[in-house]
Amino acid sequence: MSIDLKTIKHISKLSRISVDEQKAEKLAGDLNSIFEFIEKLNELNTDKVEPLTSVAETTLKFRSDEVKSENIREQIIKNSPEDNEDFFVVPKVVE
Amino acid sequence: MSDITTQSLTSLVKNIKNKKLSSEEVTQAFVDRSEKSKELNAYITEDFSNAINKAKKFDQNPNLDLKLPGIPMAVKDLFCTENIRTTAGSKILENFIPTYESTVTQNIWNEGAILLGKLNCDEFAMGSSNETSFYGNVQNPIDNGLVPGGSSGGSAAAVSGQLTPITIGTDTGGSIRQPASFTGTVGLKPTYGSCSRYGIVAFASSLDQAGPMAQNVEDCALLQEVISTYDKKDSTSIDFKRNDYSKELTKNIKGKKIGIPKEYRVEGMPKEIEDLWQKGIQYAKECGAEIIDISLPNTSYALPTYYIVAPAEASSNLARYDGVKYGFRAKGENLIDMYEKTRSEGFGAEVQRRIMIGTYVLSSGYYDAYYLKAQKVRKLIKNDFDEAYKKVDAILTPSTPSSAFKIGEKKDDPVSMYLNDIFTVPVNLAGLPAISIPAGHDASGYPLGLQIIGKAFKEQEILNVAYAMEDKINFKNKITDWWIK
Amino acid sequence: MAKDKSEFLIERHNNVYEVVIGLEVHAQVTSNSKLFSSSSTKFGAEPNTQVSLVDAAFPGMLPVINEFCVKQAIKTGIGLKAEINKRSVFDRKNYFYADLPQGYQISQFKYPIVGEGIVILDMPNGQKEVGIERLHLEQDAGKSIHDMDPQNTLVDLNRSGVALMEIVSKPDLRTPDEVSAYIKKLRSIMRYLGTCDGNMQEGSLRADVNVSVRLKDSKELGTRCEIKNVNSIKFMQMAIDYEANRQVDLIEEGKSIDQETRLFDTKKNETRSMRSKEDAHDYRYFPDPDLLPLEVTDEFIEQLKSDIPELPDDKKKRFIDEFKISAYEATILVSDIETAKYFEEVVAKMGKNRDMKLAVNWITGELFAVLNNKNLEISESPISAKNLAKLINLIKNGTISGKIAKTIFELMMDGDKDPQVIVEEKGLKQESDPKALEALIDKIIDDNREKAIEYKNGKEKLFGFFVGQAMKVSGGKANPQLINEILKKKL
Repeated sequence: MSIDLKTIKHISKLSRISVDEQKAEKLAGDLNSIFEFIEKLNELNTDKVEPLTSVAETTLKFRSDEVKSENIREQIIKNSPEDNEDFFVVPKVVE
Repeated sequence: MSDITTQSLTSLVKNIKNKKLSSEEVTQAFVDRSEKSKELNAYITEDFSNAINKAKKFDQNPNLDLKLPGIPMAVKDLFCTENIRTTAGSKILENFIPTYESTVTQNIWNEGAILLGKLNCDEFAMGSSNETSFYGNVQNPIDNGLVPGGSSGGSAAAVSGQLTPITIGTDTGGSIRQPASFTGTVGLKPTYGSCSRYGIVAFASSLDQAGPMAQNVEDCALLQEVISTYDKKDSTSIDFKRNDYSKELTKNIKGKKIGIPKEYRVEGMPKEIEDLWQKGIQYAKECGAEIIDISLPNTSYALPTYYIVAPAEASSNLARYDGVKYGFRAKGENLIDMYEKTRSEGFGAEVQRRIMIGTYVLSSGYYDAYYLKAQKVRKLIKNDFDEAYKKVDAILTPSTPSSAFKIGEKKDDPVSMYLNDIFTVPVNLAGLPAISIPAGHDASGYPLGLQIIGKAFKEQEILNVAYAMEDKINFKNKITDWWIK
Repeated sequence: MAKDKSEFLIERHNNVYEVVIGLEVHAQVTSNSKLFSSSSTKFGAEPNTQVSLVDAAFPGMLPVINEFCVKQAIKTGIGLKAEINKRSVFDRKNYFYADLPQGYQISQFKYPIVGEGIVILDMPNGQKEVGIERLHLEQDAGKSIHDMDPQNTLVDLNRSGVALMEIVSKPDLRTPDEVSAYIKKLRSIMRYLGTCDGNMQEGSLRADVNVSVRLKDSKELGTRCEIKNVNSIKFMQMAIDYEANRQVDLIEEGKSIDQETRLFDTKKNETRSMRSKEDAHDYRYFPDPDLLPLEVTDEFIEQLKSDIPELPDDKKKRFIDEFKISAYEATILVSDIETAKYFEEVVAKMGKNRDMKLAVNWITGELFAVLNNKNLEISESPISAKNLAKLINLIKNGTISGKIAKTIFELMMDGDKDPQVIVEEKGLKQESDPKALEALIDKIIDDNREKAIEYKNGKEKLFGFFVGQAMKVSGGKANPQLINEILKKKL
C-alpha cells in the first residue's frame, strides 16, 4: 500500500488544506511510514467483531424542548475576523 | 514564608484555612516564580495581575469552607476560559477569546481557586513533546534542552517547576500521564465520562478526558474530587456515584490484586524501564497487594488503532476552524481559497498531518479497511481489559517506554514520536482510569513513571494503590532551578 | 405536460419511455428549540439572533439532543405506518460550506430512526401506494446570502441546527401529478400529527427530486439525476418534465446519462449540472463521537402511538361511513386537518336534523371560494363553523331559500354575524304562505297576460320567466318550491 501524490492532493482538497508540491511529497513520505505501521491491524481477523464507537457506558440523555438561549449575536459575532454587526462575512462564493 | 511554592496543594489549603497564609501571599509567590521562569515557556497567556486582584478580593471575605480556597492555578490552554484568550497551542486560535467557561475550570473556580494563566501544550493536544505548539516548545524543569512530554507539557513543567501548585491537563492518548512521567509528577486520566468535555477544545471526542496533574497523589485526589461532575451539557458525561477521593484516600491496599500484563514487555524497551517495573511490583507486594500475571493479547494493536481513531475524529472536530466564525483567517480570492489558505497557514505540520490521516481513513473506499477495522480492534482491546478485570483490581505497567528525550530528537520522525504513547494509549481506547506516579530515575537522573490502570469508575482504587506505593517509593524530584538566573 | 393522467410517457420515434421518480423530502420538525441546542426555531427573526454557541460551533461546544424532536420523528414514522427503530445512530456528514459552522452536519446515515413505511395517494383513477424507504433526523444548515454585498457572501446562522426530518421515498412515483399528490399527502399527515407545519414558502418543506427514465415495461432502473433546490410543487413538476425529456433525448442520441446532482433554474425552466461541486463530495460519514446511540424503549413508542390523532386515511373512511358522503368529497375534506376540523364542527353544530349534502357543498363551494379570493387559511375563516351550521339549518328548515342564503352569507362575513340575526334584521324570511303567494302569482299572470297565452300555446321556456318575476316581486323571499307548484297549477 502506498499513498501517492494524487491521493495527497485529493485528501488535501477534502480537508481544505492547500499543499504545494514540496509539502505534498513530505506528507506522502510521512503518511506512508505511518500507514506502514497501521497496516499491522491486518494481522487480526475481525470479521465477527462488533465495532466499538464509544466506551461511555450510558445511553443518550434527552434535553427538554425549551428555548434557553437568548439573542447573543454580539457575543457570537465578536470573534469573527470580518467586521459586521449582523452577519458572518466570507469571500464571495463562486460555483 | 519563602517556601510557599515548594508546598503541596494540600498543605497550602491547610495553611490558608488556618490563616497562616493569605491567598494573596500564595498567589504572589507563584506569580513571582512564574515571572522568573519565562525560560521554561510554560505559559501561553499570563493573567497574573488579575490573579493578584482576585486573591486580594478573596482575602477580604474568605470562604474557607471551599476545597480550593484562594489557591492560584494555571491550566492547560485547551480549556476555554471566559474572557481569557484560549489558543489550544495553535495559530488558528491566536486571538480567540471565549465568552464562556469550560465545566471543569468552572468547577475549579467554584471551589475558590484563582486562574494564574494558560499553559502551553501541543497544538490541539497533538504531540508527545510539546514541540508542536505554535507558541514554542516548553523546557522540562528537570534539565535544559529536555522535552517535558506532551501534549500537557506546559502543565507538567508548571507543576514540576512549581509555577503552579497543581494543574489540569487533558489526555487523549497519554497527554497527562506521559508528561507527568517525564517531569516526575503525578497525573491522573479519569474514566471516560468522569469529567465533562464541555468547553474543552476537542481533539478526539471518544478519547479526550481532562484530569489533574499534581506533585503528589493526595493533591491529585483532591483536584479530581473537584473536577469530576456529571454534566448535562456533555452527552457522554456519565452519572455515576463519585467518591470523595481525597477523604477516602487510604494506603491500605492489602489483598488488592494487581495484574502485570506480559504484553507490555515490548521489544527494545530499555533495561532501566524493565528494572523500574520490577521495582514497582516489589513495592506493590510490600504494600500487601497480590501480584497476578495477566495477558492483554491485543496490546500491540492499540497504537495503530489509536492512529486511526484519533485522527479520524480530529479531522472532523477541526473542520470548524475555517476562518469564518473566529480565529485566524488568511486572505483568499474566494471562499474555498480562503479555507485552504487559512487552514494551511493556521495549522502546524503535525495537525495537518493528522487531519490528512483522518480524512484518508474516513474517505470513500477506505472507511471499512481502516476506520471500521480500528473500531473493531478497539472492541478487542476493551474486551482484553474486561477479561483481565475478572481476575484483578488494577494493572501495573510502566508509563512510558523511555525517559524524557531531547528537544528536537524525534521531531522529524512521527512514528518514533507516536511510539511514546505505547503504554498509555490502550487505556484511552478502553475508556479506563489510569494514574502515572514517579517511581525512579534513569541513569541521567531523569524521572521515570509507573502507571496504574483501574476498572472503569474506580478512580478511588487506583488513587489508593498509587498513594500506598508513593509512600514506599519515596520519590524525590531533582529540580535544580537551572532556568532561574 | 401530462395533466391528470395516470401515465406520464415520453415518446420518441418508436420508443416509449416511462419516468421513475423518488423524493427526498426535508421537513422541518415543529419544535420550540433546535435539535441539539436550546436556541429558538422561530421563523423570520433578525439575522444571527437565534444562534447559540453550539449552533455557531464554538470550540468545546457539544450537542445535547432535544427529546421532543425525537418524539416528533417517531410520531411521523407512525403516521407513515413505518417501522420505528429502537436504536439509531447519529453520524457526521463532513463537508465545508460557509453556512455549515461545524464543518459537518449531524445526520443519521446507516441507522435511521424510522425504517420502511407507506403513503397512500388518492389519485383520480384509484389509490396508489408509495413506499417510504426511511426517515431520519438531521440538522439544518444556515443561510448564505449572496446578493446583499457585491464582494462578499453574508452568513445567517438562525436556521443552523434546526431539526429536519429527511423522508426518503422509494422510486415509486411515475407522474408529476403523483409527485404533487405525494407531497400534499405527506404534508397533510404531518400537519395532522403536528410534526411539521408544511409551510413551503418558509422552507419548512423542501424536496430533492430523483428522476430517471426507462423504456416502458422495462424492469431495470435507469441512471438517476438528483435535482436540488425545488421548493414548490409547481417547480417540482416543471423540473421533472424538463429533466425526463432531457434524459430521453440523451438516450435517443445514444449518449449516456451521468449520475449527478442538478439544479433547477426557475427562471430558465431547466435543470443544469452542479458537477463543479461534485468532485469535492466525499462526505466521510462516521458515528458522531459526541453523541451516543439513540435508544428508545417499547413503552416510549407505545406512549407516542396512543397520542396519535385520527389521520387522514382513517378520517376519510369514517366520514364516508358516518356521514354518508362520497369518497371524493371525503378526500377533499380530510386533505387538510383544519378543513376537517371545520367540517366536523359544522356537522356537530347542525344538530339532529343535519344535511350533509348542504354542509359539504357550502364548505367546498362558497366558503372555499371566499377563502381562495381572500387568500385565507380555513383557520382564519371570516365565518365560523357555528354560524355556517346555523345558515345551513335555516335553509334546511325552509326559513330561507338557497338564493337568500347566499346574500346572507355575504353579510355574515362582516364580523362573523349570526345568520338568524341577519334574517330578522333585514326581514329576509322566506314567504311560504300559499295564499299570499297565490295572490302574488295571480297579479303576475294578470300583468303578463300575453306571455301566459304564449306559454299555454307551448312556449314552455317562459316558465322560467314567471319564476323569475315571482322571485323579483317577492324580493327573493318567495319559497321557490311553492312558486313552482302554484305556477304550474295556475298557468
